[in-house]
Amino acid sequence: MFELKQLKHRYRGAQQDIVFPDWSVTQGEHTVLIGPSGSGKTTLLSIVGGMLTPQSGQAIVAGQDVAALSPSALDRFRGQRIGLVPQRMHLVSSLTVAENLQLAQYLAHLPQEAARIHTVLDRLGLAALAQRRPHQLSQGQAQRVAIARAVVNGPSLLLADEPTANLDDEATDAVIDLLEREASAVGATLLIASHDSRVKARFGRHLQLGKARAEAAA
Amino acid sequence: MNIVKLSVKQLAARPLTTSLNILLLAIGIGTVAVLMLFNAQLQDKLLATGKNVDLVVGAKGSPLQLILATVYHVDVPPGNIPLSEAKRIAQMRFVKNTIPLALGDNLLGHRIVGTTPDYMALYGGKLAEGRMWKVSMEAVLGSNVAKLSRLKLGELFAGSHGLAAGGELHDDNKYQVVGIIAPTGTVLDDLVLTNLQSVWDLHEGEKTTNQLYANGASKPASVEDDEPREVTALLVQYSTPLAVLALPRQINANTNLQAASPALESARLLSIVGFGLDAFRAFAGILIVSAGLSVFVALYTALKERRFDLAVMRMLGSSRLRLCSAVLLEGLLLAVGAAAFGLAAAHGVAEWAGRVQLAHGLPLTGWYWVKDEGWLVLLAVGVGLVASLLPAIQAYRTDIGTVLAER
Repeated sequence: MFELKQLKHRYRGAQQDIVFPDWSVTQGEHTVLIGPSGSGKTTLLSIVGGMLTPQSGQAIVAGQDVAALSPSALDRFRGQRIGLVPQRMHLVSSLTVAENLQLAQYLAHLPQEAARIHTVLDRLGLAALAQRRPHQLSQGQAQRVAIARAVVNGPSLLLADEPTANLDDEATDAVIDLLEREASAVGATLLIASHDSRVKARFGRHLQLGKARAEAAA
Repeated sequence: MNIVKLSVKQLAARPLTTSLNILLLAIGIGTVAVLMLFNAQLQDKLLATGKNVDLVVGAKGSPLQLILATVYHVDVPPGNIPLSEAKRIAQMRFVKNTIPLALGDNLLGHRIVGTTPDYMALYGGKLAEGRMWKVSMEAVLGSNVAKLSRLKLGELFAGSHGLAAGGELHDDNKYQVVGIIAPTGTVLDDLVLTNLQSVWDLHEGEKTTNQLYANGASKPASVEDDEPREVTALLVQYSTPLAVLALPRQINANTNLQAASPALESARLLSIVGFGLDAFRAFAGILIVSAGLSVFVALYTALKERRFDLAVMRMLGSSRLRLCSAVLLEGLLLAVGAAAFGLAAAHGVAEWAGRVQLAHGLPLTGWYWVKDEGWLVLLAVGVGLVASLLPAIQAYRTDIGTVLAER
């Protein structure tokens, strides 16, 4: 689950605060974050992902207020409880697919389990590509590796940033299916940031940022 | 996965840059190491050769020339001294022992030295074959001379006039090989030894070998002869360290002779040669610094390309310090690789130089270690760390937000 309470942030040099509506999502729920560019989607994703400390208010993720964590505790929290699928996959190019997942386990101070990596890759249909380097993968394969990397540590919160940009309808459905399935497999809350109406249509709950007021209703 | 493996993978992902940087740094390290190895072995050799000789007495002239000619056998002597004067030196206070040397001829460029058996003992020479000379015109060969001339026991050879190969042959009066000295690793290996009488006989043209044999025995290497016999130099061993102060001055001031100390002159020689080595060392230093710059540029540009890799690693839970140390480790690995490669190459070069006898009379080997090589490794590590410091700080400051912000 996660909960936003009177959350505000102002970037250095910015004219005004970005104010986020209060919002609460229960553990395991699948939701979408909607809003035009500049509405604060990325900022909110950064805050709940433990990558940015907000100026005021609380962002409670998995029972933990991320704003209150020390930098090193935040690093550990991010590694173990958050899974992020960036829009650009950002796989580490010098490592193989399997090693990219191993890196996630290592950096999160978790035991490095080859069996776990194999299970996750297998579930995402990537087992045959385990020894490939990122530049040897197609876009779609790279995205699935990024999803595998995000879920390998069994996070509480799975974040995806614009996962359907530049995808056709069929591929969009497939990716959302995949994200929902993987989130359910590890029991994670799913939060997708998107400005894609096709994505919004698939989810019961969404948070609208920007010009309109927040709607917390179904 | 661990931090070392991660750094190795990052280096391995850029094979060309990585190997070029290792090569560049290794060339600098290797150059300094080769200089160290050559210099140390030269020094060892010079000191070992001059070790047992406290003083050399010869004709007036350059003291360095006298030492080079009579101790190291690489220069022509300044002249000869009368045997009677040499004998007076032998009687002086503080003189424990003297060994006369008479030079003048060579065998294929190897000097024929008229002397006493003491000279062989001075360098720990032992006969591998045959016996010592007993009469005039019997010769004992150093191990290298025996090998290169292919002369066997009992064979005859003519000395040629002068100290370099190619002089006029003394065809009418030949030496006979009676012994071969086991290898000593000293100047002895490159010499032909005989008694003083042989040298005198040859240059006075008194007798032929055959006559000598006919007599059954030669007249002893008598120094009581009426003729004004000469020797080239007298190697002197002191009876007491006190002699260092008194004896050279006494000889130089009161006689027509010159006394020179091998220790002093070889130190002087090393300081002259050392000046050239310093220039080389400075040059190698520049190589190392430029290699350090290259490592810096490589890491810095690589890091620009890996900005996202680093941000992703932060996102995956890596602390800033861990990223920073991973980059420092890359610099360190490059440096250690270069140091290992450079030192291995330097020892290889030294061994090769020894095998092909690059430096005549200096038996070089790669199986020789200098303490300063440890400092060289530390220097390399220092260069690696300094070169990766700025990129490491850059990694430390990696903005995790770029993972999301970049659209």
